[in-house]
Amino acid sequence: MPKVTVDGQEIEVPNGATVLQACELAGKEIPRFCYHERLSIAGNCRMCLVEVKPGPPKPQASCALPATEGQEIRTDTPMVKSAREGVMEFLLINHPLDCPICDQGGECDLQDQSVAYGRGGSRYHENKRAVTEKYMGPLIKTVMTRCIHCTRCVRFSEEIAGVDEIGALYRGEDMQITTYLEQAAEHELSANVIDLCPVGALTSRPYAFEARPWELKKTLSIDVSDAVGANIRLDSRGREVMRALPRINDDVNEEWLSDKGRYMVDGLTRKRLDRVWIRRKGKLQPASWEEAFKAIAKAQKSSGPQGSIAAIAGDLVDCETMFAAKRLVNALGSTLLEGRQTGMSYPATNLAAVNFNSTFAGIETADAILIVGSHVRWEAPLVNVRLRKAAKAGAKVFVVGPHWDTTYPAEFLGDDAAVLHDLPGHVTEALAKARRPAVIVGGAGLAKGALDAALALPVQREGWNGFNVLHMAASRMGGLMLGYAQKGGIKDIVDAAPKLVLALGADEVDWSAFAGSLKVYIGHHGDKGAHAADIILPAAAYSEKDGTYVNTEGRVQFAEKAVFAPGDAREDWTILRALADALGVSVGFDSFAELQAAMIAEVPALGEEGLANYGALPKPGKGRAPKRATGRIAYPIKDFYLTNAIARASVVMQECSAELVHGQVLEAAE
Amino acid sequence: MADRSPAPDTPELRERWGGFEFSEAWAAKADAAIARYPQGRQRSAVMALLDFAQRQVGEETNTQGWLPLPVIEYVADYLDMPVIRVLEVATFYFMYNLRPVGRFHVQVCGTTPCMLRGSDDLFAACKKRGMVKGHVSDDGLWTLTEVECMGNCATAPMVQINDDNYEDLTPERLDAILDALAAGQQPKTGTQEPGRHTSEPVGGPTTLKEMVTANHDYRGEW
Repeated sequence: MPKVTVDGQEIEVPNGATVLQACELAGKEIPRFCYHERLSIAGNCRMCLVEVKPGPPKPQASCALPATEGQEIRTDTPMVKSAREGVMEFLLINHPLDCPICDQGGECDLQDQSVAYGRGGSRYHENKRAVTEKYMGPLIKTVMTRCIHCTRCVRFSEEIAGVDEIGALYRGEDMQITTYLEQAAEHELSANVIDLCPVGALTSRPYAFEARPWELKKTLSIDVSDAVGANIRLDSRGREVMRALPRINDDVNEEWLSDKGRYMVDGLTRKRLDRVWIRRKGKLQPASWEEAFKAIAKAQKSSGPQGSIAAIAGDLVDCETMFAAKRLVNALGSTLLEGRQTGMSYPATNLAAVNFNSTFAGIETADAILIVGSHVRWEAPLVNVRLRKAAKAGAKVFVVGPHWDTTYPAEFLGDDAAVLHDLPGHVTEALAKARRPAVIVGGAGLAKGALDAALALPVQREGWNGFNVLHMAASRMGGLMLGYAQKGGIKDIVDAAPKLVLALGADEVDWSAFAGSLKVYIGHHGDKGAHAADIILPAAAYSEKDGTYVNTEGRVQFAEKAVFAPGDAREDWTILRALADALGVSVGFDSFAELQAAMIAEVPALGEEGLANYGALPKPGKGRAPKRATGRIAYPIKDFYLTNAIARASVVMQECSAELVHGQVLEAAE
Repeated sequence: MADRSPAPDTPELRERWGGFEFSEAWAAKADAAIARYPQGRQRSAVMALLDFAQRQVGEETNTQGWLPLPVIEYVADYLDMPVIRVLEVATFYFMYNLRPVGRFHVQVCGTTPCMLRGSDDLFAACKKRGMVKGHVSDDGLWTLTEVECMGNCATAPMVQINDDNYEDLTPERLDAILDALAAGQQPKTGTQEPGRHTSEPVGGPTTLKEMVTANHDYRGEW
């Protein structure tokens, strides 16, 4: 723990800290472009120069200089001031003065720092160099003349994403950032380089020239595109969400966001259900709320008292919606609730057995990882980043399932889930010898009954629970906490043949099995669920309502309402509340606050942000062999960019799917 | 430098070079270069391999050699590294030719010492023979490039042709060298000054003269 002096203030810094970090600990702002906490140190922008004694009598790059005992660091001397001015002037020599037409304007590091640390004018009278634009795919717009060669994007794609595709060609003044042969950046986190870019060289293509940062209302929300629950900020103007940006949360998404979570927001304004529809003579026709409620009440009355109503939750719904529907279903004397739309029926009595117990931050420290039936890169790209970190730290990674392109060394053990009962010797040895072994069961593994076999694996240590289930739906853990699970899965509901089925944004269900039921779709997009519905009640998407979400590690998080739902659409809970009146039952809440209070009273864990405590894992049955897992594993996600109704409605996601998954090169329609 | 960009990725280029593989001799050298680095650090051999690949392309085309994109990809594949990393190296060092060159790659130094000693005349002499900077001459013999300092300032002006340096040049001496090369002969490399062997002072030493015969101690004279 070396002691250093920063501008006369003596502080103790952690071992291995740099001078820049020491200055930050002392509360001094150090301007920088190339340095980034989550990337390796490059030291090439020279903006972070400070004066350090002992040392050569010249400014030193603080980001690459280790803090050592007795250092005297000055950040406020004339030398530092003129050094910063000099670097700034050099950086601006070839930088175009196009801030008025640059999308980074208003949130640009170069702009801010030139105001704060620049000398206010240029003495350069020669021609500036210009660089041709580089194609980097449908998400990243490039204006490479603005590039200041910080190489953050290069380091991100190499170190974090694990896909070496961006590089710096040529040298010196001619250095250019590009992908090989200007191919599209092809991974699930590519758009994070837009956030990393300190200037306007890499900006968002779909968001180009859409808005200025100061016009946008910022709302804290949670990403629902997968079960990671990445913390996001929705930037909205008027009634439209303009963009989604990641928030920093080291426990969940660090500061990254998957391309789907970031760019499916344009789907929020397309293919929306903004009025009530009723199917008459096989065709959906516009109707009023009263007509719809009457039709639902009629169907309910005509049926028997028991088992007449069921609710099926989709992948994107919040806990409040599910709880409101649960209250309604219960009030009508039914307990038919299910959220696992594709028919999975793993036992959900002990939630620790279907949870990501090691946590995302914890999985980084695992030293042997067995992935069972999960295409992690597509099912949870941000978890794959963690796995890559673990692998870089020396973890051995084994995968049961068809081959996918991991971004780290991994051994594939075969497609058949049965291999779990007969793991090769070196795998069992690696798991047994590991200090922090982990198993990750994905959706495809659960479908083949791998849960029981995985539970039998020795991945528990003192203070370490390495048993993980990686879900794909943002609503899954919340749904399981609220009891959205039948013993036999959705088949139980089909067998009960309810007269009335409430589909809460459920788009992945095989609706042909519910031919005898009145299917009421309460959701926001005209997708598969709405096509099969008899009555459509327009509801709010995740950006249009407050809500609680529980991610796959059991982390309870709240999202806030950014914009109002379009047209006649209402927040889901209000629809269910009104429906309760129409059906003549009481659900016990009249406001959102009362609804939340009732939900928290029933499931207290949902009232507290942070990891829910699910207790201990079930003990492996004594003397009982685990249930056999059998069958070829097939990953459920066929197209990363089109996994939910919002993404399917998004033009940007469709373009990504066509170009990056299916390899069609679309000609620009200009 | 502005004309340094990889030759366009055309179907013809793919057809000509798509099947590139190290010949046995070059593969042996490549493997020897890789073996110099510890396990897991094979990528360090990328510069040597690019050089070998360029030389093999040179043998196949009877030129100094260059690096078509498929060959760069082959090297990346050989070392199991991302192709963009190989391209970064190939575009960084100008000794790797990214475009086809002629039989003789005439690299005239234009940096200050050579310029002061008359490199402009050497360029004029080259241009007189029909060479244009950055292009292959019509007969396929010559490619002219202006390069930065080659470290032969004591014998300026100098020209590097393929792997050999020719120093102490005048336009006439350069003409004689180029004529000899065109005729298939190997002219004397190094300095062209009669009586000079390497970069020693012309006409004998001008300083430290006492050191020529014995180890003289100058310290008393300071």
